[in-house]
Amino acid sequence: MKVVVCVKQIPDPADPGALDPESKTLKRDTKLILDESDSYGVEMALQLVDTAGEGSVHLVSMAPNNEVGGLRTALAMGAESATLVSDDALKGTDALGTAKVLAAAIARSEPDLVLAATESSDGYTGTVPEMVAELMGLPSVTFAKSIAIEGGTAKVQRQTEAGYDDVECPLPALVSVTAGVVEPRYPSFKGIMAAKSKPVDEVTCGDLGIDAGSVGWAGGGQEIVSIADAPAREAGEVIEDEGDAHERIVSFLEELKVL
Amino acid sequence: MSTQDQEIADQMIETIAKWVDKEVIPHASELEHADEFPQAMFDQMCEFGLFGATIPEEYGGLGLDVTTYARIVEELSRGWMSLSGILNTHKIAATMIGRYGTDEQREKFLPKMVDGSYRAAFSLSEPDSGSDAGALRCKAVQDGDEWIINGTKMWVTNGVRAHLVMLLARTPDDRVTCFVVEKEPGDSFEGISTSKKIHKLGYKGLETVEMSYVDHRVPDANMLGGAEGMGRGLRYALSALELGRINIASRAVGVGQAAFDAAMKYAQERETFGKPIFEHQAIQFKLAEMATKLQAARLMTYDAAARFDRGERIDLEAGMAKLFASEACFEICTDALRIHGGNGYTQEYDVERYFRDSPLMIIGEGTSEVQKMVIARKLHERHAIT
Repeated sequence: MKVVVCVKQIPDPADPGALDPESKTLKRDTKLILDESDSYGVEMALQLVDTAGEGSVHLVSMAPNNEVGGLRTALAMGAESATLVSDDALKGTDALGTAKVLAAAIARSEPDLVLAATESSDGYTGTVPEMVAELMGLPSVTFAKSIAIEGGTAKVQRQTEAGYDDVECPLPALVSVTAGVVEPRYPSFKGIMAAKSKPVDEVTCGDLGIDAGSVGWAGGGQEIVSIADAPAREAGEVIEDEGDAHERIVSFLEELKVL
Repeated sequence: MSTQDQEIADQMIETIAKWVDKEVIPHASELEHADEFPQAMFDQMCEFGLFGATIPEEYGGLGLDVTTYARIVEELSRGWMSLSGILNTHKIAATMIGRYGTDEQREKFLPKMVDGSYRAAFSLSEPDSGSDAGALRCKAVQDGDEWIINGTKMWVTNGVRAHLVMLLARTPDDRVTCFVVEKEPGDSFEGISTSKKIHKLGYKGLETVEMSYVDHRVPDANMLGGAEGMGRGLRYALSALELGRINIASRAVGVGQAAFDAAMKYAQERETFGKPIFEHQAIQFKLAEMATKLQAARLMTYDAAARFDRGERIDLEAGMAKLFASEACFEICTDALRIHGGNGYTQEYDVERYFRDSPLMIIGEGTSEVQKMVIARKLHERHAIT
């Protein structure tokens, strides 16, 4: 069984850098790391291949400056190989453009199953996996909390507000994985050493047959009009207990509609 | 080290650091107070491959250099110093077997030691022989193709859980010889028994015991280094302990970092006289001194490790790093506790654990006084007027 996992490499959230006032996007000129949201998909893919007793996990990523730092982390966890799409023409690519690039890169691997996070930790559009599925003509299941493969079928527990739905779909399919549903393994030191020699196929838009004019700033179907700093967190209200603190807390919670 | 090797080493350290932040620090004090062996942490250390970290690749280990190992020990100790203790006796044993063992001994033991399922302890100290290692009394008498061991050993860290003990004993030539003693984990095995569990101020969660040997038999083939190893045990042990000093210095840097981090955070959160205590000059000066000592300790430790990796002598530098880093750690931990005020004296804050752990680095593997003796002796050797 061949599983492809979409992996985003993002600026370290612990040191997030800044927004570029010119492009109005996040600066990505520092070292990028594996988006933690994607580590759940990588773990799930590795477990599925272990359970199947055969197959491999392949990674697909789109990142500037031929960045492979985050890919190496996922390779150290146990993925076998990776495809990195890196091309100056991709600067400013929006969610649909990203989906076009990923779909073209994924298609080269002819996977049985494609996994992705439900959303990235820096962009948060939460739309790319479903657009990839549409572009590839694959069935798409979202918010998976567990996946089992039986024959040519994916049996997915799909998380909902009330619990979960049991969903089945034929393979190949694309499934987005909810963060926190599995415990991603730490790479072993042997895995870290081995990751350096695992193949990373670096390709450009041209290699994928994608017209550079259809992606990046040129092909963007959306425009970022302005950016502003998030408002500073306001000081909370301190309630001194003068015998009525409980009533005031209850009415505060009622105002928030949590009671 | 090549750029690629450096990147690999950095990724290993980042991985350990992430694990320490997420899985070690939140649970360490609770386990430490209960003096409970950290099984889940131990299991993950095995998964990482830490027990084979410095064992050569030809025996299934990772063959990491001493600098990388020192950084690993520092990170583990930043979370909980006892974790590096679980590892250290194993590393000393593997180093001794790798360096001085016969081919047969290396092939027999090292492949078993890489994954943590077969653990090792080191046993030099005795009730009346600590810093004065030459005074040890434990005896080994030959009987055919076996040696009969009798004596009592102190401060045997990991002694109960170990499958192998590097035992230093006095042979009939009145010299000290090292035996690779194989045993089953547990309180007793054949002529070996755990005569006392030592209750410590800190460094909890892993056992440190007194072990007695009564007519315990060890095959001749387990004399470290074979026939050539007869009478060379102390030399082998002291050579391994030279690396052990880098290990202790690295632990001191890790615990010192944890104490500094805690103090820096607390100083910005705690307010007195209407402002965070960090804004009081008395606290600023303390933190400035703590950070400076920590930086110097770290650089001395890395320097000694790098010298070793370059094949240079470190008899002087390792002792200096151990002496300085352990004393700096103790001072940093004391100041961190002072900065925490009354809270520092409670079990609500990790800083009391750092404070209790820090003296171990001053005493373990050669006290500060012994380090000064070693340093002075080496200075004389290097600068003697002829």
